[in-house]
Amino acid sequence: MEDILRLARQVAEEAEVFWISSEETPVHFEANRLKTIQSKQSTSVSLRIIKNGRLGYAAASGQIDSRKLVDTAVETSQFGMPAQFTFPSAVTFPQVDVRDPDVESVPIPEMIELGQKLIEPLLQYTPGLICEAGVSKDSLSLKLINSRGGHAEYQKTTFGIGVGGTLVRDTDMLFVGDGQESCRPLRDTKAITDVVLRQLELAKNLAAVPSRQMPVIFTPDGVVSAFIPALLSAFNGKTVLQGASPIGKRLGESVFDSRLTVFDDPTIAFAPNSRPCDDEGVPSQRTPLIENGVVRNFLYDLQTAGQAHARSTGNGSRGRGGIMSPSSSALIVNTAETTFEEMVQDIREGLIVEQLMGAEQGNVLGGDFSGNVLLGYKIENGKIVGRVKNTMVSGNIYQALKEIAALGKESKWVGGSIRTPHIFCASLSVASK
Amino acid sequence: MNIREAGHLLAGIITKFAAEYIEVHLEESEASHLTYRGKELESTDKTSAVGGNVRALVKGGWGFVSFNSLDNLEQKAQQAVEQARLISGGDVRLNPFRPIVDRVRDGLLPNPVDTPLAEKKQVLDEYNEVIWSTPKLQTSVIGYSDGIRRYSYINSTGSFIEQERADVMLRTMAVAADGGEVQQAGISLGSRGDFNSIKGLHNQIRESAQNAVNMLSAPQAKGGEYTVVLDPILAGVFIHEAFGHLSEADHVYENPQLRQIMALGKTFGSRQLNVVDGAAVPGLRGSYKYDDEGIPATKTYLIREGVLTGRLHSRETSAKMNEPLSGNARAISYRYPPIVRMTNTYIEPGQVSFNDMISDIKEGIYVKNWYGGTTSMEMFTFSAGEAYMIRNGRIAETLRPVVLTGNLFTTLMNIDAIGNDLDMNQGGGCGKGGQSPLPVSNGSPHIRIQHCLIGGK
Repeated sequence: MEDILRLARQVAEEAEVFWISSEETPVHFEANRLKTIQSKQSTSVSLRIIKNGRLGYAAASGQIDSRKLVDTAVETSQFGMPAQFTFPSAVTFPQVDVRDPDVESVPIPEMIELGQKLIEPLLQYTPGLICEAGVSKDSLSLKLINSRGGHAEYQKTTFGIGVGGTLVRDTDMLFVGDGQESCRPLRDTKAITDVVLRQLELAKNLAAVPSRQMPVIFTPDGVVSAFIPALLSAFNGKTVLQGASPIGKRLGESVFDSRLTVFDDPTIAFAPNSRPCDDEGVPSQRTPLIENGVVRNFLYDLQTAGQAHARSTGNGSRGRGGIMSPSSSALIVNTAETTFEEMVQDIREGLIVEQLMGAEQGNVLGGDFSGNVLLGYKIENGKIVGRVKNTMVSGNIYQALKEIAALGKESKWVGGSIRTPHIFCASLSVASK
Repeated sequence: MNIREAGHLLAGIITKFAAEYIEVHLEESEASHLTYRGKELESTDKTSAVGGNVRALVKGGWGFVSFNSLDNLEQKAQQAVEQARLISGGDVRLNPFRPIVDRVRDGLLPNPVDTPLAEKKQVLDEYNEVIWSTPKLQTSVIGYSDGIRRYSYINSTGSFIEQERADVMLRTMAVAADGGEVQQAGISLGSRGDFNSIKGLHNQIRESAQNAVNMLSAPQAKGGEYTVVLDPILAGVFIHEAFGHLSEADHVYENPQLRQIMALGKTFGSRQLNVVDGAAVPGLRGSYKYDDEGIPATKTYLIREGVLTGRLHSRETSAKMNEPLSGNARAISYRYPPIVRMTNTYIEPGQVSFNDMISDIKEGIYVKNWYGGTTSMEMFTFSAGEAYMIRNGRIAETLRPVVLTGNLFTTLMNIDAIGNDLDMNQGGGCGKGGQSPLPVSNGSPHIRIQHCLIGGK
């Protein structure tokens, strides 16, 4: 790395070298049985330079030829954007725990056993269910150095467990599932199988839905599939800079329901997306995006912040050595007072949405969402009466989240990057056949 | 060591392990990307990668090790074998196939990664100017990428296949805004490595930018069931999502109920409906000579005259279902094992002209272009980039883009007209099992579907 930085400094004003190495060990079950054990090792290096004031970029994984990397970065810098920032010099990062050595020492036979424990209770409850399950342990090392003396280095471990089931009856297919991720080993399979058992129980009967406006409760997973793609797009500094975010000019204004508060938070101990700094060495911080309905901040990396005359929020992200762009770390939606049961009791005729399929494929920039209810239930007179099918729920987040009927009391992590309670919308468009 | 030397080294040792079968994938690749955001070229980069994997089958279970260092290869093969051995009671068998030794060159086209960045920039600059000449435009995004992969497949029964494939992709997006309203429209296309295929698109791009602006003042459709007519691009996405994924045998082979539902000989559509998938169809983004298990590409009729007649297979699913190999095992890169994937999927053309198709529709919706699609197999959604009302046999007012949904067991049956104007969409990428985007193509003539459910206000 030092070698690449030294070579790059001979030809460019500024340079930054980013190195990431990972080892992933996923154990995979298919059709209720252990199928594959994998081990994936990968190392990549990327180089960013500022030459004649412009950004150049090159990356390589596997065999790394330092000279070629520098030459490629110089070539791309001829067409690069003028750099609107300087690389950060040496700073101290907050203490954020993201590594637990116990993850690395979980033996494969124990992972196999965990997978079996994810599947067995589901098969006992619903014979004929076909399950897939995965248990994985990953470790990652990341190192960054730049020509201003900036230096960042950390190791992270993650552990994931999850199970999904398919039940086919005649031509009806039911999909259920749940999973969790953490920087520490996860051994509580019951927490997951209980969620799936509840889904299987609620989905036993089918219920018909009329086509009209009605109240809809989104479970935490439902919130993620319906609202999050549009929110992430709207709060991304790049979308804002281009004038393509509907809230880009509304900092400080009340846009959402006054009970809604959302943070981007990479500092929660042992959360899988946490980190001491972002991928360009900016310290991690908690950033309020929405506070009591008011738009507070957008997410920036260094270049986008420079262009927007803002400060980086420490959200520079480059995946496995890709191009830098702002990206959320973990979105945390606040909780309120209403329990899920209270929400259900409140509804004469309505829906619960656990999974909305295809909602991220419409006009996400404009805040629209429209999707097929892949897993959801009908409520009649305050009671859940069965699963719904062939039903679409549509709306726009700027209307749906402007006045929400209630916000849940308990929140749940969904996929390690979002933590949210249930959200109850008083009236959304439902189309069914 | 380069991948060719690594391949010969591994070919010499993989027969010596206590395993039923071992295969090796080795790969070197290069890629370049250019991204415009707004009026400026935001980023350019070039990347390169080297890597490989060893997959071992021992007593019916798979071990898989991927790496991007070509050192200690024997040890990596050993690790794959040991991992597979930890799986007791697996029942994986493979359909045997003769060993093939071949070296496939990917035609005579120049490597698109080597085309000078300045030349790529010039073409894209022109497109960006076209987009920005549209009034009321808020911003634009253009993403261009190209790449070349040289890859080898080696197995313990004597196959040694070297192939290469190049790919070119272009996506444009024009964003129009008015007050808090934002609408977007764009085009997406690709080719099997020919940079010239993305030249000369000025008119198409101008039209899509204008569409984004027009949609700002367009009304939203009322949700419900409609007679819809799909253009060839969206109909291609439709057949990929609605049917293609369930013809992938790995979704079916371990599920007794699904195998019954998807038994060959069952009727899924009207007699006019013929659906094909095949990497042996030449010159498209999903075309190749051998799949990633060393099986020659084929052309498979999935549906013939409305009846299920074929399925897409890997060596494993083909053995389990006792159906012929189709050469559809593909991996997006050396980081993943091959799984059953589509290649070039399309509805064969029928007889009906577009005008005849809409002439007897009193009230319906004409949908064009695509944002995306997804499937749960039984139910699927696909989203249109443009939508228009059809009133009394004519295309009427512009609508906002719509999301459509359907059900495998009814929607294909509801196709009641198939056009005579097959067109292939080369701009898609398919995602499955964490492997995305895989280069595929899909296509169709215009089709008409009765009782299609649309989300709306």
